[in-house]
Amino acid sequence: MDFLNAIILLLNYIFIPAFTYGSQLALGAIFVTLIYGILRFANFATGDMMSFGTMATILFTWYFQSLGVSLGVLPTALLAIPFGIIFMILYMLLIDKFVFKYYRHQKSPPVQFAMVSIGVMFVTQAVVRIIIGPADRRFFDGEKFIIKAREFKEMTGLNEGLALKSTQVITIFVTIVLVSLLFWFLNRTKTGKSMKAYSDNEDLALLSGIDPKKIVLVTWVIAGILATIGGALYGLDKSFKPFTYFNNMLPIFAAAIVGGIGNPFGAFLGGYVIAFSEILLTYAYKKFFIYVLPESMEPEGLVQLLSTDYKFAVSFSILVIVLLYRPSGIFKGKVL
Amino acid sequence: MVGIFQSWNIALSIFNLCLISAVMTMGANIQWGYAGLINFGIMGYTALGGLAAVLISVDPVQEAWRAGGFDILMALWLIVVMVLVIRFILKRFEKSKIRTYSIAAIIISGILLIRFSAEPGIEAIEAVDPAKTGFLGGFGLPIVFSWIVGALFAGGLAFIVGKVALGLRADYLAIATLLISEIVIAIIKHEDWLTRGVKNVIGLKRPAPYEVDLQTTDWFIKLVEKFNSGKLSVIENLADRQATLNQLVIEGSSVFVKLCYSGLFLVVVIILLILTQKALYSPWGRMMRAIRDNEEAANAMGKNVVKQHLLIFILGSAIVGIAGAMLVTQDGLFTPGSYRPMRYTFLIWVMVIVGGSGNNFGAILGGFVVWFLWIEAAPISLFLINFFTAGIPETNALKAHLIESVPYFRFLLMGLGLLFIMRYRPKGILPEKIEIK
Repeated sequence: MDFLNAIILLLNYIFIPAFTYGSQLALGAIFVTLIYGILRFANFATGDMMSFGTMATILFTWYFQSLGVSLGVLPTALLAIPFGIIFMILYMLLIDKFVFKYYRHQKSPPVQFAMVSIGVMFVTQAVVRIIIGPADRRFFDGEKFIIKAREFKEMTGLNEGLALKSTQVITIFVTIVLVSLLFWFLNRTKTGKSMKAYSDNEDLALLSGIDPKKIVLVTWVIAGILATIGGALYGLDKSFKPFTYFNNMLPIFAAAIVGGIGNPFGAFLGGYVIAFSEILLTYAYKKFFIYVLPESMEPEGLVQLLSTDYKFAVSFSILVIVLLYRPSGIFKGKVL
Repeated sequence: MVGIFQSWNIALSIFNLCLISAVMTMGANIQWGYAGLINFGIMGYTALGGLAAVLISVDPVQEAWRAGGFDILMALWLIVVMVLVIRFILKRFEKSKIRTYSIAAIIISGILLIRFSAEPGIEAIEAVDPAKTGFLGGFGLPIVFSWIVGALFAGGLAFIVGKVALGLRADYLAIATLLISEIVIAIIKHEDWLTRGVKNVIGLKRPAPYEVDLQTTDWFIKLVEKFNSGKLSVIENLADRQATLNQLVIEGSSVFVKLCYSGLFLVVVIILLILTQKALYSPWGRMMRAIRDNEEAANAMGKNVVKQHLLIFILGSAIVGIAGAMLVTQDGLFTPGSYRPMRYTFLIWVMVIVGGSGNNFGAILGGFVVWFLWIEAAPISLFLINFFTAGIPETNALKAHLIESVPYFRFLLMGLGLLFIMRYRPKGILPEKIEIK
């Protein structure tokens, strides 16, 4: 019984939150990696682009709510996401046309691209804050829990409750569907394959008659979908605040690089690596050991490897270690 | 201009921050403009400089030292031992898998050991009068020393970071330095025994006189009287005159204090400017440019690229550290929570790019212009919004919303400014000028 309790405890406080957070990071990391692989720059506007997409989703959610449209138990935001995506793609194409295209034609070095993306970051941040304001916003509606902690306790007779939020299930489900679709697209369709070819060797791809304009367009469209869905899922699960989104850029970068930049599958797994290590290292295992060990060996302290304050620092340290020992990431990406 | 429109007080405080920004920009400019190294960790070095200001100027907290000083010293000793052991292993054994793993094991077990041995000491220190102190305090020296110490701290960090990260390609160096600076901030924020963390340190000593003291000093009152004699002689009533004088003295005192700071900062800026200009035109500066423009060729000419990169990385970061200490000196308080990458890293980079990389005057100009716009963006955009929406009634929802979000127009202004400069004047307002003699 104690053993079961211990497992439920870990499931409730480590596994499910880490899996959810990891999915959100993974979507962002694939976004970064695609932009890096195909457009060839580190996009410092990542977090703010995600917050722009989320903002569009929130605005549509409010609109639907005012019309009285809802999905019943599911959050209205799911209905608003497709409209948010369209908005987001338009914004990205606009930025590409007015900002990035020029540098692409100039064949500027990646550093210059990165600087330009900082300019885009400033502008996007301003646009988001001017339109929706810097405040913390929750736009979740519908049924909040699938399993409540107390119900679970009553049902099973265990001491530990297991709470499963509907946003967590939605996040994991949507991520898996989206990522499988994306990999199907990249590996099985002609456009996807030509994108990969373009990423591997630009000149050779151009010689084989691949249209670079189309590749760039498709990349931005996919990026828009990923950014909006990733951002909206994070906002549904936690809350929407532009500043948090800007900060999320850092673990997302970490995930993309840890997985091997330019490699979408690596980025996908990198998200989970970062999320799990953040939560595993900062969780206080005291209760777990109380369940597992006999009474005489119960720990006195919290048995916490690092205080929760260092959550972010964990992922960055992992990144630094990976950069030092395996600069191409866990799954061979581009060598830096 | 601001002095006339708003007040001399505000004008001077903007001017002081402009000077500090100029120092930071010069630091970043040395790295980027001279050597082409991208450093997005400016925030971390600034915070370290600020930490130096705290550690130097605050009086030591005797009780805390008694409570936990021994444990902390033991932990420090352990760290030194750990580093020495690792160095020994690195020197003594050939590179192999066993060596890598044993080093990793030493580091992990060392961290655990230090954590557990220092824990009671840290708790004891943090328990000493937590509302007021709860940390070890500093050395109680004049705060100006901290400018040098801040530079040393930042340089030391830069040495470690440089050893680790300088081999990376440019955009990865940017990401790595950004993340490392976040780690530094996390440590400063949460190691309360050293820095008081988010509880902030207030009331640091000043290199300039205090307003309250000035207001009671005779020579200062006379000085103010002399400056405003025209204004004062108009007032007939003696009591009124005294009241006006008091008011003027109060205002004058804060202006005077700010002027003292400006003087100190100006000295720093001028010294740094002379040094950096000399360096730029020295053989060393030529070598740096050669390395920046063609690393392989410079390497082939027998220049040690790795060593020079590390050197310039340390120098630039040290200058940023000075600026960090200056900033805390002028504010008189240290608030780790206020260090955000937007303000301390990306804004400084906008200054470097806008001003003109590789040109020290450009860096200073960038610091002044960008900081001025950053502060004045809100009033300017408020004025513009009011101007363009003059015909719309006050109650209009759109207008009210716009006026409410005025503070965020500064981001828009900075972003657009950066994008336009990058597009139409990629070398900045004052581009790099190298005369070949």
